[in-house]
Amino acid sequence: MKALNLIPVGDPADETFTLNLGPQHPATHGVLRVKLVMDGEYITSAQPVIGYIHRMHEKMGENRTWAQYLPNTSRVDYLSAMTYTHAFVGVVERALKIEVPQRAEYIRVITSELNRIASHLVGWGAWVMDLGGFTPILYAFDDREKILDLLEGICGSRLTFCYYRFGGLCNDVDEAFVSGTKAFVPYMRERMKMYKRLVTDNIILRKRLEGIGPVSAEMCRRYGACGPVLRGSGVAYDVRKAEPYSVYKDFDFDIPHYPQGDSMARYLVRMDEIEQSLRIIEQAIAKLPDGPTMGKAPRIVKLPVGDFCYATECARGRLLVRVTSDGKENPYRVRLRTPCFTNLSLFEEASKGMLLADAIAFMGSLDLVIPDIDR
Amino acid sequence: MSAIFDYLTQEPVWFYVRLVLFLVGTLAFVGANAAYLVWVERKGAGRFQRRPGPDEAGPWGLLQPPADGIKLMAKQVMTPPGADALLFRLAPALVLMPPMMCLAVIPFGDKLLACDLNIGLLLVFAFGSINVMALMLGGWASRNKYAIISAARVVSQNVAYEIPMLLVVITLLMITGTMNLNEIIHQQAGGFWQWNIVRGIWDFQAGHIGGNILVPVTFLIFYTCMLAETNRAPFDMAEAESELVAGAFTEYAGMGFGVFFMAEYANIVVGCALATLLFLGGWQSPIGTVPAEWGWWGTLLGTGFFFAKMYFLIFCVVWIRWTFPRTQFYNLLNLSWKILIPVSLVTLLLTAGLLKLPNLF
Amino acid sequence: MKTFWEVLLGLKSLFTGLSITIREFFKPTITTHYPRQTETIPARFRGHIQLTQNPDGGASLCIACKSCERACPSACIIVEGVKKTDGPGKTVSEFRLDFGTCSLCGLCIEACPVKPVKAIEFTKRYNLASTTNDYADMDLVQRYKDLQAKKS
Repeated sequence: MKALNLIPVGDPADETFTLNLGPQHPATHGVLRVKLVMDGEYITSAQPVIGYIHRMHEKMGENRTWAQYLPNTSRVDYLSAMTYTHAFVGVVERALKIEVPQRAEYIRVITSELNRIASHLVGWGAWVMDLGGFTPILYAFDDREKILDLLEGICGSRLTFCYYRFGGLCNDVDEAFVSGTKAFVPYMRERMKMYKRLVTDNIILRKRLEGIGPVSAEMCRRYGACGPVLRGSGVAYDVRKAEPYSVYKDFDFDIPHYPQGDSMARYLVRMDEIEQSLRIIEQAIAKLPDGPTMGKAPRIVKLPVGDFCYATECARGRLLVRVTSDGKENPYRVRLRTPCFTNLSLFEEASKGMLLADAIAFMGSLDLVIPDIDR
Repeated sequence: MSAIFDYLTQEPVWFYVRLVLFLVGTLAFVGANAAYLVWVERKGAGRFQRRPGPDEAGPWGLLQPPADGIKLMAKQVMTPPGADALLFRLAPALVLMPPMMCLAVIPFGDKLLACDLNIGLLLVFAFGSINVMALMLGGWASRNKYAIISAARVVSQNVAYEIPMLLVVITLLMITGTMNLNEIIHQQAGGFWQWNIVRGIWDFQAGHIGGNILVPVTFLIFYTCMLAETNRAPFDMAEAESELVAGAFTEYAGMGFGVFFMAEYANIVVGCALATLLFLGGWQSPIGTVPAEWGWWGTLLGTGFFFAKMYFLIFCVVWIRWTFPRTQFYNLLNLSWKILIPVSLVTLLLTAGLLKLPNLF
Repeated sequence: MKTFWEVLLGLKSLFTGLSITIREFFKPTITTHYPRQTETIPARFRGHIQLTQNPDGGASLCIACKSCERACPSACIIVEGVKKTDGPGKTVSEFRLDFGTCSLCGLCIEACPVKPVKAIEFTKRYNLASTTNDYADMDLVQRYKDLQAKKS
């Protein structure tokens, strides 16, 4: 057999070794690569290597007209496509001062919140699967399927919705959607109780998450972490409350936040957020006004010269879309400030000294969507 | 040479004929069990997750295991470059051997056992411990970091769980007073109240308190340790597919991987069979005793009882796997060293005391 | 003592989990056995596009204005028109869709100026997997004629 050079490169006295977690690894849920330097099962340094699914979404924005960029927005974070489209549509509406009809805004809130629940269900299920529990993800997918059926009924697509338009929606909701959503809210509440008993209260899960991966509020600020990661560190920051967009002002809901900063806190934040989303949906469906769903938008969209931005709270945190226009048909620059990228950036510091299995639990708690990191 | 011959001829010829017959039978049993327990596992997982499970190959997917077997055998067997080829190939053979040896002494029915050994229980535990060596070899020889981490985990896990398991078994041994597995089952004749799991609390036959009033806890500890020893969820540190890709089996392809799988299920069969005969009365009927004059039919009925109990326990293994998340490694060790071992020590002391108690009055 | 209660509560949580999964075990399955059963496709399903059947029969409603071609973000639509022989305006002579690059966003349909019925619409076809590449190149004019022949 051909002799292989098996002598490790580097300092022979150094007992650490490098472990490649990914780009093809069951726990990274996509093509994220983490270069781990390990001392036994302890991690001495973890360096995320990103860019394996870089699709130039920002650059594509420069080569398309404003309207043509709409399909792109549902493909960045494919799990919460609605909120991404909302941010992009919002920035154009803000720049052109388009009045959006109330009904359209309410439907936007309902669909965004439904999408948030679906996204959290996938994130939760996949996370529990990382922890070795296989059954919850299929229960979660069962519920998510119900949401996707509702959304498919109104916009014809199950994942890349592309439902919002500048000034409104591409089509109105029907009676089936309204009644379906009304029925879904109590159903989901029952399921949440079941999930609590099956997974949240489970001693094995609690032992795995409590005290693991502590992230302080200070560290979140330093790295710009947002969403459930930030709220799990005790900071009650939510774009829907801090800078209310759309009609979120009209609804009564809380921002779940836990001061512990460990993986369990992030877990509980997500579970509570599903409850809060259900609350918002319930209120919005009850108050759903009549009227048109499309405002007066110009046929050919041209933004005035300048810089515009719009932030939404997507399932993983604060999404900011910033566009620069030079008055032409195409944007001069589209910038997406995506939450997964900043949430991942604290992984390197926070995972130091962690055990491998804990690091995977911690990575799951960040709820990463890889295309959202790479864009 | 003649000494060996003399030794071998001590036993009548039919002893060897029977041994060979039963070993062939055991092989077939292990093969069939491994294949169809995979089917049970997948079907069970499907039901727990509210989907049909394997459904296409044959009625209810019953032809899935042979199809899988053919697929695995048709695959190229690869040895990763730089791996220790001999050890790498040896590990699958070693991993399947111990459970087969164990099955030789396990009585499936009154007369249905390959070798009526008076230290049967000891043999089962002695061979049961080899299993970990094979996994370690496989992990070590693969020259894969994930596999080595897994191998290291397997060793410490099995060492940690062997202790409470043996302590628990000792409490039972103190009650039964024999290591002959068939004898242990014979002692539990009469009905389910005579099984060790009940008799430990109150001995109905003698009419006084049993040898170990904590016997349900003992059973639970035994079952937990059995799960850990066979590397089953929630203690599947060795495989841990979301952390270590496939653990010690990462580099194995084709039937090499298949043999590891077979060994896993064979180990489960051994573990559950042991739990059945130690705690649940083995092939004894739950009500009354199978009359001796029924002869072989009675034995067959007894075997039926044995399999019913054993497969129920195996179903519980599947059930547990598809319900719980995996434990973290230090929690696993904590559970063993801080909870299971102290508790089993307590039961051991209690048993020692209680066994002497009836003599005092 | 605290550990004791912790262990007991932990055990209880484990048994709760088991009781939930065993209940799910006996419930009917929820999956669709795909090739044998199919889901009903919702009315607004976004399949690939096709030329809408003219309710009056005859030629397609398309006026070959190329609005859809311009609106398409992926540039996967090619439209060519010829002058009508029996009146003003154009009629479509070539309408090709490169389905391999289509992202099914529906912007082409929104851009279509034909009223009251748009000249292009979504199909409900989804069994489009193929082992060759030529499925992606769709000649929608040909498809229109085929469908019309089938109808009559």
